[in-house]
Amino acid sequence: MADLEDGDLLLLGLDALHEELGGKMVPFAGYRMPVQYPDGVMKEHLHTRTAAGLFDVSHMGQVILRPKGSMDDLKLAFETLMPVDVLGLGEGRQRYGMFTNDQGGILDDLMFTNRGDHLYVVVNASCKAADVAHMTAGMPGVSVEHITDRALLALQGPGAEAALDALLPGVAAMRFMDHRVFGDIWVSRSGYTGEDGFEISVSDAQAEGFARKLLAQPGVMPIGLGARDSLRLEAGLCLYGHDIDTTTSPVEANLVWAIQKARKAGGAREGGFPGAARILKELAEGPARLRVGLQPEGRAPMREGVELFAEDGTPVGRVTSGGFGPSVNGPIAMGYVARAHAATGTKLLGEVRGKRLPVTVCDLTFQPTTYKR
Amino acid sequence: MKYTKDHEWLRVEGDLVVVGITEHAATQLGDVVFVELPEPDTMVAEGDEVCVIESVKAASDILAPVDGEIVAVNQKLVDNPGLVNEDPTGAAWFFKMKLDDLSVLDQLMDEDEYQELIG
Repeated sequence: MADLEDGDLLLLGLDALHEELGGKMVPFAGYRMPVQYPDGVMKEHLHTRTAAGLFDVSHMGQVILRPKGSMDDLKLAFETLMPVDVLGLGEGRQRYGMFTNDQGGILDDLMFTNRGDHLYVVVNASCKAADVAHMTAGMPGVSVEHITDRALLALQGPGAEAALDALLPGVAAMRFMDHRVFGDIWVSRSGYTGEDGFEISVSDAQAEGFARKLLAQPGVMPIGLGARDSLRLEAGLCLYGHDIDTTTSPVEANLVWAIQKARKAGGAREGGFPGAARILKELAEGPARLRVGLQPEGRAPMREGVELFAEDGTPVGRVTSGGFGPSVNGPIAMGYVARAHAATGTKLLGEVRGKRLPVTVCDLTFQPTTYKR
Repeated sequence: MKYTKDHEWLRVEGDLVVVGITEHAATQLGDVVFVELPEPDTMVAEGDEVCVIESVKAASDILAPVDGEIVAVNQKLVDNPGLVNEDPTGAAWFFKMKLDDLSVLDQLMDEDEYQELIG
């Protein structure tokens, strides 16, 4: 068990609350964070799928982008960093995106929201400093403000709507990827578990009180990073630095759904983002490898780093995330596989502790999502 | 009951030694979801990796605590890995060993020494 070097870690605003709730604190992305509470990963995971889970994701980066000219200028400037349609995103709506590099790899994945006269962006904790520098350098006509005095909470699961609506009447009317401001509280109907739910940005001053009120709602339990990881894995969602990184293109990563028509070949604003040559070529011709779901046949988990082979012994890829899916009640994984072997139903072998065990290529979503569209 | 620094317990049962992991180890591992046991009738040396135990978080090895022969394994753990969390020092034993000389157990920690280690 890793010993904590607390002195080197940043503390979340809710650190004392996590301690009080019995959180087992571990280092993650430079922060001291709860990996689990006394109930443990399995129960926390299942609770989120059947009731409601409260996650502290304040380590993530919150950024406000303001135009120096018009809002359209800002949206078009943001489009120069991502293969994503920003211009077409309406006010009060949120969208998934990713910064690409000149080689077409992914620098980070993110969520951005049109808030009328500015964009609100949420990026990964481990990338946030680099992302702020990248946005500042890449958009000279834009003011980039890194918000450091707000917590970010996620409330996820079938009980999330009722629990949050009791505190913020009106959230029940929001749809998936809607964003609304309630006084100084910013709410998006989104999350990273595959469940319906909300992400809530709240000032540091109000955060603990708000979190306590949520925890007092029927069915709401605190959930640690361990269950956050197993929930997102079952939902087929990428973890930056593992399933996507500077070498994986969005096409290889099976994120083509996030590249809207306007930015593709023949679209109104075709290309014009870093790595467009590779990404547009892969869209036209197909990528060399593809991120796929992987269903091990036995009970042994296939974790990150497990090498994958065709049945004739040819190496064909590697697991990038894997473990046990509590809702699926069995081992699940995702990884990159050469395109010739990436069709659903393809039988492969994964090498676990020197033994090659059968594994089948499958859909990335092991657990049906329940977004309120 | 005797203990190793790797958080295993050993209990003498007739002329055999039963081996499992401590409650402390089970708690630290978290929910156990997979157990791989050795073949019975295997000669092992102290420190050999003889079992694999995987929790939702990570995979760990269980090492042979002493030299000897593994003569029985607890197949129940394969079918119900969660037993390791429910009853680590009872129903969730991992394997039974035959030793040449039971006196090697004298070098292992007793309850008080183990409690001090994890204290």
